[in-house]
Amino acid sequence: MYRIDFNKLRFLVCDDNPHMRRILRTLLHSFGAREVYEAEDGATALEMFGHYAPDIVITDWAMPIFDGLELAQMIRQPEANGNPYAPILMLTGHSEKRRVTLARDAGVTEFLAKPVSAKALYQRIVSVVVNPRPFIKTKTYFGPDRRRNVNNAYIGPERRSGDSAETMQQPSLMDKARIAG
Amino acid sequence: MMAKPKPPAPQISAYPDHHVITRPNPLRHAMRYADDTHADDPVARAEQALADLSHQFGGWMTAECGRLIAAHAAVLASGFTPAARDELFRAAHDIKGDAATFGYAAAAAAAASLCRVIEHAPDLAAVPADLIAHHVQAIAAIVREQTDDVRRIAVAETLSTRLREVADDYLRAVNRDRPEHLEAIRAPSIAPRD
Repeated sequence: MYRIDFNKLRFLVCDDNPHMRRILRTLLHSFGAREVYEAEDGATALEMFGHYAPDIVITDWAMPIFDGLELAQMIRQPEANGNPYAPILMLTGHSEKRRVTLARDAGVTEFLAKPVSAKALYQRIVSVVVNPRPFIKTKTYFGPDRRRNVNNAYIGPERRSGDSAETMQQPSLMDKARIAG
Repeated sequence: MMAKPKPPAPQISAYPDHHVITRPNPLRHAMRYADDTHADDPVARAEQALADLSHQFGGWMTAECGRLIAAHAAVLASGFTPAARDELFRAAHDIKGDAATFGYAAAAAAAASLCRVIEHAPDLAAVPADLIAHHVQAIAAIVREQTDDVRRIAVAETLSTRLREVADDYLRAVNRDRPEHLEAIRAPSIAPRD
């Protein structure tokens, strides 16, 4: 089975509630994380996201002024300077299915309803580290593939057409440097 | 801040109306394979750390309750202004999310009920004042009287269950012509249970 070296991961935690931030910091440090940055609102979190380039973002939803959903939408800007592919875990007191759908459509990678448990948080982090999903870019969406399962019985409308793909290999930075040189 | 490895280049499959972007796992450097006999248990370690922190939970819940009572007092003084509404909702919402982690499951349930009233009532000014006041008072009482006594825990659970029933009756009645709210009120919660 896979284990995660948490000391090689950098976390950004965004929650306006200081008690919940303390809980999350305690859990992440107990898992082995050393780098845990904290923000108490979405605007600060976005600034820290650009500055610290975290590997994983854990955010609350309900926060004043600039909430966790807006934070996810800001991070998932494909042309942004930061890493738009960073896994985003939405950890929230909202516990309705429609909220899950809204979060998913904002590009959230995993949704975790409070109350938080050590086991549930650990499992979500393992999931995003070990099984990253491909990203989908459409006119209206940029984020992790929202299709987690292949459902052959699905008969509703398709949001995407499945014609044959043209595959492009993006050059790595090293290749670009070689070409430029 | 430790240096991070360069992100690997993505492979992009272009379809007529979307792109599928696949990247080599950028967090692979943090993965290692371990056999099942590996003695380390990070979840158990984290649970122990939470248990070590638990002596502070009572004080934290008292502070959360104080915030809820102050938010309710602001509503009583000035009515449901947008700021007062938001603060009452956030205070209740925080208790809904935190209280079960801190060992106050009945307070979390009562706070969840209050959140539903604030979220789904079509006109907050028309909500019976007692319905909101009874939620706030119940949460405060449950936190104040926190106990290990199973009979008193049962009383707290009965209180929060009854509040939820009354709140849901009210919400169903006032939302009878608002199907999207009725659906949300009737939908089961996805919050994890013990």
